[in-house]
Amino acid sequence: MYEHDVIVVGAGGAGLRAAIAAHEAGADVAMVTKLHPVRSHTGAAEGGINAALQEGDDWELHAYDTMKGSDYLGDAPAVETLAQDAPEETINLEHWGMPFSREEDGRVSQRPFGGLSYPRTTYAGAETGHHLLHTMYEQVVKRGIQVYDEWYVMNLATTDEADPNDRECHGVVAYDVQSGTIEGFKANQGVVLATGGPGQAFDHTTNAVSCTGDGHAMAYRAGAPLEDMEFIQFHPTSLPSTGVLISEGVRGEGGILYNSEGERFMFEHGYANNSGELASRDVVARAELTEVDEGRGVEDEYVHLDMRHLGEDRIMDRLENILHLAEDFEGVDGLVEPMPVKPGQHYAMGGIEVDENGQTCVDGLYAAGECACVSVHGGNRLGGNALPELIVFGKRAGRHAAGDDLGEPKIRTGYGDDVEDETETELPVAPGEAGLDATGGVAADGGVTADPEGILERTVETARERVDRLMDKEDGVQHAEIRAKLQKAMTDYVNVFRTEEGVKKALEIIRECRQEYQDVYVDDPSRTFNTDLQQTIETRNLIDVAESIALGALVRDEFRGAHWRKEHQERKDEEWLKHTLISWDDGEPSIFYRPVILEGQNKTYEPKERSY
Amino acid sequence: MSTQQAEPESQEAPEDPEMKGAESPAAEEQKGGGMVEEHAEKEAELEGETVHIKVFRYDPEVADKQEPRFDDFHVPFTKGMTVLDSVMYARDEYDSSLTFRHSCRQAVCGSDAFFVNGKQRLGCKTQISDLEQPVRIEPLPHQEVVKDLVVDMDHFYDQMHAVEPYFQDEDTPETDALEEQRQSPENREKIKMSSRCIWCGACMSSCNIAAGDNEYLGPAAINKAYKFAMDDREGEEIKEHRLRILEQEHGVWRCQTQFSCTEVCPKDIPLTEHIQELKREAVKKNLKFW
Repeated sequence: MYEHDVIVVGAGGAGLRAAIAAHEAGADVAMVTKLHPVRSHTGAAEGGINAALQEGDDWELHAYDTMKGSDYLGDAPAVETLAQDAPEETINLEHWGMPFSREEDGRVSQRPFGGLSYPRTTYAGAETGHHLLHTMYEQVVKRGIQVYDEWYVMNLATTDEADPNDRECHGVVAYDVQSGTIEGFKANQGVVLATGGPGQAFDHTTNAVSCTGDGHAMAYRAGAPLEDMEFIQFHPTSLPSTGVLISEGVRGEGGILYNSEGERFMFEHGYANNSGELASRDVVARAELTEVDEGRGVEDEYVHLDMRHLGEDRIMDRLENILHLAEDFEGVDGLVEPMPVKPGQHYAMGGIEVDENGQTCVDGLYAAGECACVSVHGGNRLGGNALPELIVFGKRAGRHAAGDDLGEPKIRTGYGDDVEDETETELPVAPGEAGLDATGGVAADGGVTADPEGILERTVETARERVDRLMDKEDGVQHAEIRAKLQKAMTDYVNVFRTEEGVKKALEIIRECRQEYQDVYVDDPSRTFNTDLQQTIETRNLIDVAESIALGALVRDEFRGAHWRKEHQERKDEEWLKHTLISWDDGEPSIFYRPVILEGQNKTYEPKERSY
Repeated sequence: MSTQQAEPESQEAPEDPEMKGAESPAAEEQKGGGMVEEHAEKEAELEGETVHIKVFRYDPEVADKQEPRFDDFHVPFTKGMTVLDSVMYARDEYDSSLTFRHSCRQAVCGSDAFFVNGKQRLGCKTQISDLEQPVRIEPLPHQEVVKDLVVDMDHFYDQMHAVEPYFQDEDTPETDALEEQRQSPENREKIKMSSRCIWCGACMSSCNIAAGDNEYLGPAAINKAYKFAMDDREGEEIKEHRLRILEQEHGVWRCQTQFSCTEVCPKDIPLTEHIQELKREAVKKNLKFW
């Protein structure tokens, strides 16, 4: 058994920032990651970091844009914290040597992005995430923080009190991918989940293959609710064949979208008469698909993004990486022809419910980054707001886990007297039940009487039994089959456009996947680097995550942000200024709601119609 | 754990009569206007066909894989298919034990560098239609094989860490929490290429010197040091300290300018040039010459 004060699971932007912060607060920190830190998906972020750095801009404008962009589903205390802390955190990265793009006077450059009232996106070419990831990993190396790379965290070691608010997390159980050894990692002060997004629930995604919602699923099964999972962002510009992302920076720099008839449809068809291509992402994604559905798509599938008029010099200076991506993955030279683009799953606005200090309702369990929902993005995330979230809330989670006093949070978590009770929406299938056997769930023999070591040992034992069972089983279904079926159902029915019938169909298929998973087996008999085993466990996590997305999409019968419902073409503020929470309760999900916090530090954000 | 050294030179001659042997690096296509069209033509030829891949297999734990071998897979071609797509298909449809690292599929995580038709390449950014068939896919040479296409990267990481790969600003003036250090666009441009390294290990694997001298820092680590040494935001003293690390016996002077690292780098980093520039800097500073 390994033992540290703080265990950070995942080593992308949020995890690295959390680890550095916890280390600076005096804790003995270890990072446990299924990849090596420099392989994390943060490296694929392209656009930039929103931070009010210049005169004429200020944090209040940033907060206002973010609340509006969220379609008034962001919690103001979180949004304002993001806007207030982003400038210092961004400049801190510069002090750590991050190679930001520069102005003539040597200051960091900023550029316009969708939904922003000021050009406040700080960037490093079109590879901002790569530089952010490497800069922070360098700081982890500098500080000598312990990294367990290629260790796959399978489960949380959590006590099993009936009320999740009374539970405590004492560590994690992980599987050494290289050797197959399963070990406990005891966390004396806290576990920070920073496991990234769940994009692999969909089959056309900009997300890495590693983005399987592991943190979501583990926290969910340990009793921490998942919040606003129905809000999935579909990025308007991904390459059609692979899902590779073409940065919003292209439109920020002046790139234009055309349909097959050569029309600049964002204006000509009235989708966003003021902002055009720079309307927020949900608006542009719907516009593109509407064009395709109405027969004005290229090859009935995509639209064109043209940046030729920007000129080679500007493209090479600010968007060079985009030229390489278009050429390598689509065979298109962006200097001489427009690039094909279509919406692709990109980001989960929802995630593990946390307060602004990163803490879940389970004592000692934290989450930060895309796997968490604090919530700053509400119904729709603005481009350039994911990276500041990683550093601002990663740092807060790390500090709090290490014992720093960050004050009483304004955002509540867990089931309590401020929540509304369960939904009355009729579900097509009873979700959840099947498959409990394979989850590991909350450690048995927990409760106040058990000591942390005992809880950890018991969880390790459960994990070893589970792996033995998967490895010993001689035949059955392979995970790849289940995963493909799940991904297809989500893309077919829980995509940009959603109907009640479609989402119900998705839930039925997810239920089938859950049942088929009962018969899953691992064909590779080796304990050495067994990716078959790892992906089998990941697939189980994807089933839970996909189910929570579809459940959220079914019960929210309104149109808000990225969540579009055919039968409900209006935002229903009277009824729906509230977060959807789904918690794993006795082996099946239950749904409840918590009101959105619109009261900020100096003002209340009044919901307005969102036009661009 | 027992490991297997993958030495491409010592492998048996392929039995497949169709095998044309390893592609010569000179035949590699250069980036340019003609590439896109040529690419489309080759793709059109492959529509409806299967692609023949020969994949290196080894597992220290499994009896019939302890002796390294090649497995043949015939994968249905789809437009835009990459080498990574082909091995993923083979794994998901034919043999779930086929093992390799991969994550982002867009040439930034750096985890899927393989030895493809005799050259180090990223699986995800190599179009299968650009390669001669059968496509031979092996682990990176000169590194210990853990299993199938997975190599042990620890030595690579150790060398990267050996050059103190982190910004050291102790010499620069104190700045306010909200005040950035100034850097000219020209200086940023100077370090730009070196900052693109994705730690894939292709360069290290292609380097003859690194193959023979385990202590040689190698092209990736030296390039990482270059990024800091040439960054004007670090002070003179730190720069000198960095050059002292680089001019040690197993540092820059080991490089014999064979350009193999530059040739295989998937991010087009001029590694050899960076190493030569550091040699010149060391001479200027009159540092010890090995």
